[in-house]
Amino acid sequence: MADHDTALLDDALVLGGEKFGSRLIMGTGGAPSLDVLDQALAASGTEITTVAMRRLDPVARGSVLDVLRDRNVKVLPNTAGCFTAGEAVLTARLAREALGTDWVKLEVISDERTLLPDPIETFDAAERLVADGFVVLPYIGDDPALARRLEQAGCAAVMPLGAPIGSGLGIRNPHNIELIVEAATVPVILDAGIGTASDAALAMELGCDAVLLASAVTRARRPGLMASAMRQAVVAGRMARLAGRIPRRRYAEASSPAIEPGAR
Amino acid sequence: MDVPHATAHPGTRHSDMVVVGGGVIGLSVAWRAARHGRTVTVVDPAPGAGASHAAAGMLAPVSEVTYTEEPLLRLGLASLARWPHFAAELSEESGIDVDHRTQGTLDVAFDADDLAALGEVAGFMEKLSLPVERLTGRECRRAEPMLAPSVRGGILASGDAWVDPRRVTAALLAALARRGVAAVADRVTGLVVEGGTVRGVRLAGGGTIGAERVVLAAGAWSGSLDGLPPEVLPPVRPVKGQIMRLRGAPGFLGHCVRGVVHGSHAYLVPRGDGEIVLGATQEEMGFDTRVTAGALWELLRDARELVPGITELEVADVAAGLRPGTPDNLPLIGPSAMDGLVLATGHHRGGVLLCPLTADLVTGEPSPDLAALAALCSPLRFHEARRQGSTGSHR
Repeated sequence: MADHDTALLDDALVLGGEKFGSRLIMGTGGAPSLDVLDQALAASGTEITTVAMRRLDPVARGSVLDVLRDRNVKVLPNTAGCFTAGEAVLTARLAREALGTDWVKLEVISDERTLLPDPIETFDAAERLVADGFVVLPYIGDDPALARRLEQAGCAAVMPLGAPIGSGLGIRNPHNIELIVEAATVPVILDAGIGTASDAALAMELGCDAVLLASAVTRARRPGLMASAMRQAVVAGRMARLAGRIPRRRYAEASSPAIEPGAR
Repeated sequence: MDVPHATAHPGTRHSDMVVVGGGVIGLSVAWRAARHGRTVTVVDPAPGAGASHAAAGMLAPVSEVTYTEEPLLRLGLASLARWPHFAAELSEESGIDVDHRTQGTLDVAFDADDLAALGEVAGFMEKLSLPVERLTGRECRRAEPMLAPSVRGGILASGDAWVDPRRVTAALLAALARRGVAAVADRVTGLVVEGGTVRGVRLAGGGTIGAERVVLAAGAWSGSLDGLPPEVLPPVRPVKGQIMRLRGAPGFLGHCVRGVVHGSHAYLVPRGDGEIVLGATQEEMGFDTRVTAGALWELLRDARELVPGITELEVADVAAGLRPGTPDNLPLIGPSAMDGLVLATGHHRGGVLLCPLTADLVTGEPSPDLAALAALCSPLRFHEARRQGSTGSHR
């Protein structure tokens, strides 16, 4: 088989010891209805979906969790809305008890205006959750030093932002994302800031292992269509990364030389 | 159809119609059925104490429109058009004014991001030919002087209206009493089913009530009745909403005011007597009606950004209610897959708005207009998918 047929066959995302075929992780926030969310999840091909545990009763019937179970998608509880390490640890433990999963997307925000992650509280919570046996996936700023420290603390991945949550501003500092990717030995998941398909493709081209997004799909005019676009963008970006981009040059280099080698 | 009373079993009562649930929807259906000459019984342990008690009563299909929800908009507009007549008849028959106000919704934005988002929504509304007007910040404050000075702009949906749902419930109960309709203060635990046909309801207090038609209007509890096969049970779930009521002076606000405050949606609904309702949260907490500190704080925080003067007002009431949510946010109105059982539930955030239309769909004379609307909210749309054991998409 040709290279483009086989390149992705053996290219599973390995996260927390589990393998996933899709490198697109969806959030559930912002969907107008459960049906719209369900259609978007189907179109995205996602295998992991993150759910805010505050203001959600995990045992209530008919909620978003039922939609995810029917789709056979792995539920990744998150601690969205927490401001302190204490709240986040408590929320993660409640989620573990309710959902029977050790996985948690750790999210500790510093203020409501920017929703930027608080690095000190996040690190504190991460240490405590790792010690407590959790598979910890922390949401952080695009800070290579913090990413490295969290990896050393035992986190299963690092999730730097591209831009603030819900902003749709794309990847504001691609250089920092590259630095995080270069140094990391755990998966790097670009989280937050994705506005459209090219942002998701860029994240993968920069070497991220996966992309997490929500609003870009759930708040689009046609969420299912955008979910499908994101799925293809992530695949395209991954393929481009594996294929290796050509070096950037200041001046042109003709793709067909004036004199063919071998013509003489 | 006027059906003569069937012979009642000893120890049971009998009506043409039994309505399960005495919220605004069940009571509206019962009232309209009684006006058409049917004998009706309403069963509810505490009529009007559920979602209707917590609802703000906005009749605002235009300002609430969102992407992917044009069918809900059509239902809302059809019901909004019925409200003036419905309110007038109800007030006349009950002697209770339902505080039907028609000054429209003013939807405002406070920063450039929120204004841009509001502008997108306005464009969407204009594309749908909805009557909306774009206002500058100064125009917003001329229309509504109590708005915060930092308001950047807004849109006025002048067709939107609102009522006081607690008055609507009281008026419907009074109108029903005048027509001799019995309201049974009991809980329906299950349905009486004979040969695949629903024949009545079973009461928690013992005994049954027979009926030609049972209308299930139990809101968030509609999915938890005994005696029905799972694929007939409506796919409703409780969506918790918390509100706060403040006591202001009449004229404090002239419009229903909505706004997005740094991404979170808030509204203030003024009553004729000066009361102002702040709302509302949307939480997936199961059957939980606790009022929480965090929710009240968010309601006040957002409302204060919109209208700073509210902090001077007295807190009159806080409440939580459970909206009956459905997978596609559309209600389930009309015949179910079981003979004798009609559904009128799943109205989610639009129960008060959709009262007149729901009553028409359940009790009115068939017409092509109604048939088109009925198709949008037919309970049968979920039936096939659920019979195949999936709760996923049906469209």
